[in-house]
Amino acid sequence: MWMIDLRGIIPAATVVGCILLIWTLAVIPMNAHLAADMAARGDVVVTPHSPQDRKAMTGVTIAVKNPVIIAMTYSLDRPRLPSPHQVAVEMHNTIFTVAPTSRRSLVHHAWVTLSATLLGFVIGTTLGVLLAVGIVYNRTMDKSVMPWAITSQTIPILALAPMIIVMLGAIGIQGLLPKSIISAYLSFFPVVVGMVKGLRSPDAMQLDLLRTYNANAPQGFWKLRLPASMPYLFTSLKIGISAALVGAIVGELPTGARAGFGARMLVGDQYGQPMVTWAALFGAAITAALLVGLISFIERRTLNRMGMGAA
Amino acid sequence: MTPATITARNLDLTFETNDGPVHALKDVSLDINKGDFVSFIGPSGCGKTTFLRCIAGLEQPTSGDISVNGMTPDAARMARAYGYVFQAAGLYPWRTIGGNIRLPLEIMGFSKAEMADRVAHVMDLVDLNGFEKKFPWQLSGGMQQRASIARALAFDADILLMDEPFGALDEIVRDHLNEQLLKLWARTEKTIGFVTHSIPEAVYLSTKIVVMSPRPGRITDIIESPLPRDRPLNIRDSAEFINIAHRVRDGLRSGHVDD
Repeated sequence: MWMIDLRGIIPAATVVGCILLIWTLAVIPMNAHLAADMAARGDVVVTPHSPQDRKAMTGVTIAVKNPVIIAMTYSLDRPRLPSPHQVAVEMHNTIFTVAPTSRRSLVHHAWVTLSATLLGFVIGTTLGVLLAVGIVYNRTMDKSVMPWAITSQTIPILALAPMIIVMLGAIGIQGLLPKSIISAYLSFFPVVVGMVKGLRSPDAMQLDLLRTYNANAPQGFWKLRLPASMPYLFTSLKIGISAALVGAIVGELPTGARAGFGARMLVGDQYGQPMVTWAALFGAAITAALLVGLISFIERRTLNRMGMGAA
Repeated sequence: MTPATITARNLDLTFETNDGPVHALKDVSLDINKGDFVSFIGPSGCGKTTFLRCIAGLEQPTSGDISVNGMTPDAARMARAYGYVFQAAGLYPWRTIGGNIRLPLEIMGFSKAEMADRVAHVMDLVDLNGFEKKFPWQLSGGMQQRASIARALAFDADILLMDEPFGALDEIVRDHLNEQLLKLWARTEKTIGFVTHSIPEAVYLSTKIVVMSPRPGRITDIIESPLPRDRPLNIRDSAEFINIAHRVRDGLRSGHVDD
C-alpha cells in the first residue's frame, strides 16, 4: 500500500523540475537592475554606466552586457525575485533553527493560521452539511437557499473580510473567531454543492426499495442517502479545506494581524523582506498540500472500509 | 377455493406526461390466488411493470379496485406484505452481502439474533452460503441478483413481486436461476408475481400466465398452466410446454394488430 508508484511520481517531478528551472532562470532578468546598481556602487564597471539608461533596458539586455552581475542576482539581500535556494535557506532558518514557540518561527505562524483554518473548516463543513440536508428535504429551502449560497461566493472575499473583522471587533469578538468565520464562509460552499449532489445520488429504484420496506425518512437518510453521499463529501472536503486556509490568510491581511502566514506575507512586503513573504507563501502551500493529503488519506481509508475503494 | 390474495377489478391508470396522457393500464381485472406463480408477459409499454407497481402500492391507479391480502396496496405495503425484486440487483455498494440482506430487517426493527438467523436462512435459500462478508462488486451479476432475492425474502412476506429480475443476465445463468427460483417457490410456498418478456421463462415458471399488450396496456389472455408444479428443465421440450408457448405467442401477436 505504501509502495511508491514511479509512474505517478515522474510526471509530477517533471513539472516541479520545469517550474524550478523557469524560476531559477527568471531570477537573472528580474534582479539584473538591482544587481547592476549594487555592482556600480562597488566600483565594478557596468555598461551602460548611468542608472537612468539601465532603467530603460530590459533585465535580459543588462545581464547579457554585464555577465559579471549574473552571480550577484542570486545573492541579493532584498531581491525583486528571490532564488529558490534563498527561499529554502529562509525556510530552513525559520523552521529548524528557532524554537517553534518563537515569534520568528514559521511553525508558530503556521499554527496560528492553521488553528483558524481548522475551526473555520469545521464550522463551514457543519453548516454546509446542514444546509445540504435542508435543501434536499425541504422544497422551500431548495428554492431559497441555493441562489443565496451561489451569490455569496460572487462577493470578493477581499472586500468582505475587512468588514467582517471590523464588525465583529466592534462587538468585542477578536482573535481566532473572525478569521475562522471568513474560512467558514469560503469552505461551506463546496460542501453544500457536493452534499446536495451526493444526498440526491440514490436513484429512483433505490428509493422505491425503501418504500417497499415502509422505511421512514430518518431511515432513508441514515441508511441510504448519507452513505451514498460519502464520495461526494470527501471531494468537497478537499476543496473546502484549501478554501478555508485561503480564508484564514485573507482574514489576517486587513487587520494588521501580528501572527500567521498572512501577517508574515504583509511584514515581508512592508519591510522589504521578500524572502519572508516567499517563505510564508511556501509554508501556506505546503500546509494546504498536507491538509488535502490528510483528507485524501482519510477518504481512502473510509471508502475502502465501506467497500467503495475500488471505484 | 381459497380467497384470492390479490384481486384487481377494472383497473385504469393514466400517466400525465409532457407529451399528453399515456394510458398505461385499461380495464385490468385479475385474481391471484395464494401460492400462485403468476407471470406477466408482453412487449415494452404493455403495463406489466406498472401493474406490478400498482400491486406494490408504488403507483396509484386512476380508477378501479385493487386489494392485496384484503387491504389496499398502500396498507399492504405498510404492513410489509410483500418483498420486491427490481430489474437491477440494486445492492448498496457500501454494505456486504450480509449487510444488504440485513437492510430490511434493520428498518423493520428485528433483534440482532433474529437478524443473524434470518440472513443465514435466506442466504441458504438462494445458495449464497459463505458470501456474507463479501462486497457486491466481488460477486457476479447472477449472484448479485440472488442476493437481492434473498433481501426480498428476509422478512418472510407471503408475496414476492419480481420485475424482470433476470432480464439483464445471460441465458445460461437465467436457466439456472429459473430452476432455483422454482425450488425456492416450492420450499417457501410464496405467492409470486413475475414480470418478464421471455416466453420460455414465463411458461417454465408459471401456474398462470397473463399476456398483456400495449397502447393502452391491457390483458389479452390469461392462461392457466396445465404443467405439474414439479418441473425439470427438460419439460421445455415436451409437447404440452410447446403448446402453451404457442398460445402465449398467439396472444402477443393478436395484441399487435396495429403495428
